[in-house]
Amino acid sequence: MTDFTPLMSLLGGTLIGLSAVLLMAFNGRIAGMTGILSGLLPPVASDWPWRAAFIAGAIVAPMLILATSSHAIGFVSPVPAPWLAVSGLIAGVGVYFGSGCTSGHGVCGMARLSPRSIVATAVFMANATITVFVIRHVLGGS
Amino acid sequence: MQRTISAGLIGLIFGTGIALSGMANPAKVLNFFDVTGTWDPSLALVMASALLVTAIGYRFVLQRDKPLAEIRFHLPTARKPDLPLVAGSAIFGVGWGISGFCPGGAIPALGLGEPTAWIFVGTMLAGIFIARTIRLALEQRATQTA
Repeated sequence: MTDFTPLMSLLGGTLIGLSAVLLMAFNGRIAGMTGILSGLLPPVASDWPWRAAFIAGAIVAPMLILATSSHAIGFVSPVPAPWLAVSGLIAGVGVYFGSGCTSGHGVCGMARLSPRSIVATAVFMANATITVFVIRHVLGGS
Repeated sequence: MQRTISAGLIGLIFGTGIALSGMANPAKVLNFFDVTGTWDPSLALVMASALLVTAIGYRFVLQRDKPLAEIRFHLPTARKPDLPLVAGSAIFGVGWGISGFCPGGAIPALGLGEPTAWIFVGTMLAGIFIARTIRLALEQRATQTA
């Protein structure tokens, strides 16, 4: 069970949106995790420093929250390690061929009303819903 | 240098948003998709507010001639959905539904020191690398036969 957290969701979502706007305003880039990460894998893109800096900032952020406030960041990963690895491989192949994930298509692309992003978001949200339904309610997993 | 610093600070805002919204928590994401079970609608509000802010902000930003720390805007030019987009997104949805991890949520989760996040990110990077190697090999073969 996880609780519905409307205020933190709106606050967090606003910050995610703000980061997308600022990355476009300053760096002229889409704030999509897939695209940013892809340029850091070999052959490494020549503009890797800003990519590495963005990733580093994103990793340090929860550390800073924990170090400077009493806010607890919930984390439960209910899936066994082998399935995590399968999930990671599948997600990696999928976001590469799909040219983006939740941040790139779901936020940035949808905000630009890109038909590709609208289709991609509809497809991956629908498939994630079906997958969770099958695992939890057909196969009886967690 | 300027664009590296701005990207770092903006990454900090992104990671803070992901962490506060609960999107670094796979259980919370899985519960959003579990509509007929332990449904947690939080993710809908995260996406809606992120989308609203981005849509409004982009309107102002993209009216400018160029970004503040870069010579031009780097925007995707393709607009028409194609087979790789649909098939890739369908595959990604299955991966996301298995674990509750997506790239944008998993990267900040690394900062929580959770081993499961490292397993997901490690295999995801391997997946992206394998997919890119396959695509480059296919493109090379296509140009050779052409």
